[in-house]
Amino acid sequence: MAEQIIFFAFATVLVLASLLVITIRNPVHAALALVLAFVASAGVWLLLQAEFLAITLVLVYVGAVMVLFLFVVMMLDINLAPLREGFTRYLPIGAVIAFVLLAEMAMIVGPSRFGLAQYPSPAEHLAGYSNTKELGSVLYTVYVYPFEIAAVILLVAIIAAITLTMRTHRMTKYVAPEDQVYVKRDDRLRIMKMPSERQIAADAAKETSKNETAE
Amino acid sequence: MIPLSYYLILGAILFCISIAGIFLNRKNVIILLMAIELMLLAVNLNFVAFSHFLGDTAGQVFVFFILTVAAAEAAIGLAILVVLFRKKRTINVNDLDSLKG
Repeated sequence: MAEQIIFFAFATVLVLASLLVITIRNPVHAALALVLAFVASAGVWLLLQAEFLAITLVLVYVGAVMVLFLFVVMMLDINLAPLREGFTRYLPIGAVIAFVLLAEMAMIVGPSRFGLAQYPSPAEHLAGYSNTKELGSVLYTVYVYPFEIAAVILLVAIIAAITLTMRTHRMTKYVAPEDQVYVKRDDRLRIMKMPSERQIAADAAKETSKNETAE
Repeated sequence: MIPLSYYLILGAILFCISIAGIFLNRKNVIILLMAIELMLLAVNLNFVAFSHFLGDTAGQVFVFFILTVAAAEAAIGLAILVVLFRKKRTINVNDLDSLKG
C-alpha cells in the first residue's frame, strides 16, 4: 500500500512537471520543470529497484545535461513573443493526437495484457544483492564492446561540441599543411658552385710568396 | 504491489505529453530538444520496468547506453543551437529556411 502511494506521488509529480515543460512560457522555467521531471522519474526507477540508473539519472541529467541546457538558454538573448505564436492554434490538434496515441497505447499496455496475472511481481532480492555490482558484472563482460563504442561516441560529442562553438582566432603558431605539401625543393635549397680547390691553391701560392719576402 | 501496466501507462503518458509538446512549441528549438529528452525518458522508463519484471539486466544496460547517446545528442544539439544563434540571431524554426526545402 505504501509502495502504491509512493508510486502515485512520483507519477503525479512526473506528469505535472512534464506538462509544465511543454506549456510554460519561459525556457528557463521549462528547464527547471524538466529537472523536476527527471528527479521524479529517478524516484520511480528506485521503486523498480534500479538504484544505479536512478542515481545516474540524477547525476548525469540533472547535474550535467540540464545545467548545459540552462547555460545555453541563459546565453541566448531570445525574443520569446514570435516563438509562442501558433501555440493556441496547434493546441487542439496536438491535444487530439496525444490523446488518440495515449488511448491506443493504453489499450495495448493496459492491465489486461500486462497486469499482475501475466507479469507477477518478481521475488525480493537477497540481503547482499547490489544492483550496481550486477550491472557492472554484465556491462564489463557481455557488453564490453558496446561500452567501448559508447565511450567513443562521448569523445566524438566532446570534439564536435568544441569545434562547433570555438571561434577565437588561434594564438598558437602552427604549420599550414596545405602550404607544406606544395613546397618544391628549389624553395628551400640552393646549390652553389664553389671553386674551392683553386682558392686553396691561390692561397698556398700567396703563402709561399709571403715566406719568400720574409726571407 | 504495482503491476507492470502502471509503469507502461506512465511511460505512454510521458511520451504523449512530449509529442504534444513538439506540436505546441514547434517554433522554439530549445523546447523541442527538451521534448526529445522527455521522450527518451519515457522509453527508458519502459526499459527499466521490463528489466525489473522480467528479471533481466540487459534492459538496464540498454538504458545506460541510451543515457550516453542522449547526453551526446544534447551536447551537440545545444552546440549547433549556439552556432545558429550567432549566425542568425534567432532560434525560430520558421526562420531557418536557407535551404528552401
